[in-house]
Amino acid sequence: MKIIAKDREGKETAIEGRDGWTIMEMLRDGGLPITAECGGACACATCHVYIEDGWYEKLTPPSEAEVDMLDMALAVQPNSRLSCQLTCSEDLDGIKVTLAPE
Amino acid sequence: MDQPSEVQTPIETDVAIIGAGPAGLFSVFELGLLDLKAHLVDILDRPGGQCTELYPEKPIYDIPALPIVTGQELTERLMEQIKPFSPTFHFGEMANALERLSDGRWKLSTDAGTQIIARVIVIAAGGGSFMPKRPPVPGIETYEGTSVHYAVRKMETFRCKNVLIAGGGDSALDWTLNLAPIAKSLTLVHHRDGFRAAQHSVNQMRELVEQRKINFHVASVKALHGEGGKLSGVTLSGHDKSEWHLEADALLPFFGLTMKLGPIADFGINLHENLIPVDTTRFESETPGIFAIGDIITYPGKLKLILSGFHEAALMAQAAFHICRPNEKLRFQYTTSSSSLQKKLGVS
Repeated sequence: MKIIAKDREGKETAIEGRDGWTIMEMLRDGGLPITAECGGACACATCHVYIEDGWYEKLTPPSEAEVDMLDMALAVQPNSRLSCQLTCSEDLDGIKVTLAPE
Repeated sequence: MDQPSEVQTPIETDVAIIGAGPAGLFSVFELGLLDLKAHLVDILDRPGGQCTELYPEKPIYDIPALPIVTGQELTERLMEQIKPFSPTFHFGEMANALERLSDGRWKLSTDAGTQIIARVIVIAAGGGSFMPKRPPVPGIETYEGTSVHYAVRKMETFRCKNVLIAGGGDSALDWTLNLAPIAKSLTLVHHRDGFRAAQHSVNQMRELVEQRKINFHVASVKALHGEGGKLSGVTLSGHDKSEWHLEADALLPFFGLTMKLGPIADFGINLHENLIPVDTTRFESETPGIFAIGDIITYPGKLKLILSGFHEAALMAQAAFHICRPNEKLRFQYTTSSSSLQKKLGVS
């Protein structure tokens, strides 16, 4: 699967996603400047992304823990998610995400 | 930012450690076995660093011999392990200046006026200092300290002010409740009509809204208006992209903490992409006498794991000994067999 990731300057990159890994891990390994300081424990809200082009509705809805942790994120929008809580799968091939400002 | 409080009499010790996370704490143990005394400085108000600040309840599975341990438990165990060496902690202080003295020792100063004179500095600062998250609103930094505050030091500052609080956690809710009676007006903004705060605080806040004592908007702060660091109003924006103006003299954003390298960047140590390059035999930076361990360092093959920080602490201590005790011979001993080590640990 592919993840289409846009950085904070608007540059788009296609990143290969590995089934079962999180989108945060793929963004990090793909060299995008994502902080993810808690390492994927849904504990810091620094892997915040916006889900673009109708992909938001296709995702499994956020858990209560993720909704709570999004309260600590900056510039939250209705299409905000924490990328450490999104698992790569073929269903998400082509998903578009934009890094939220820090 | 705040001015340092008055400078105190310098403390003299062997080693000053910046950061009281797992790597900093275990350093006390390794240094202690070699009879080296340590003082630790941490911006947080308790030990543990990321382990207690970010994920106190999350289980960690890759600490050798502890199949499962939470960040909180790991910190408590390390504190127990280093107790025999009675380290001194300077919590809630940010290490903000480092100076080399003429006798070769270092003077580390904190924003609270503490001065520590030591032969060796150990930087175990992880991802840097935990600092409040700054909302991405253009020009916000020009209002910080005057109209934008990330903490409440004196409630009186907000008396008869038009106060705007942003956020939806306990700090946002607690300060909404505490400042409502003394502010001229108080508005809470949050991106949703739901909160991760204690339910009774949320209930109290909703009551105040119903009684029209405070306002609540589902919105975010889009722009700040004012002059010379003095805020006069803000533009709020809703999810439907609608925008409206609100009078405000003070903005209090509460979005938790994030790690920033902070003053360490100005210590004159060579950095590579905000990390400290070290040699892997001594874990010393390119500045002799300044050591660095844990997540803040880089070397070929570096892994950001707690267990790596422990190994790095052990090697650092051996090298630090030679700087602190240049005329003494270092004899390597095991805690299992050495009666002198066992005596230090208080077990024999």
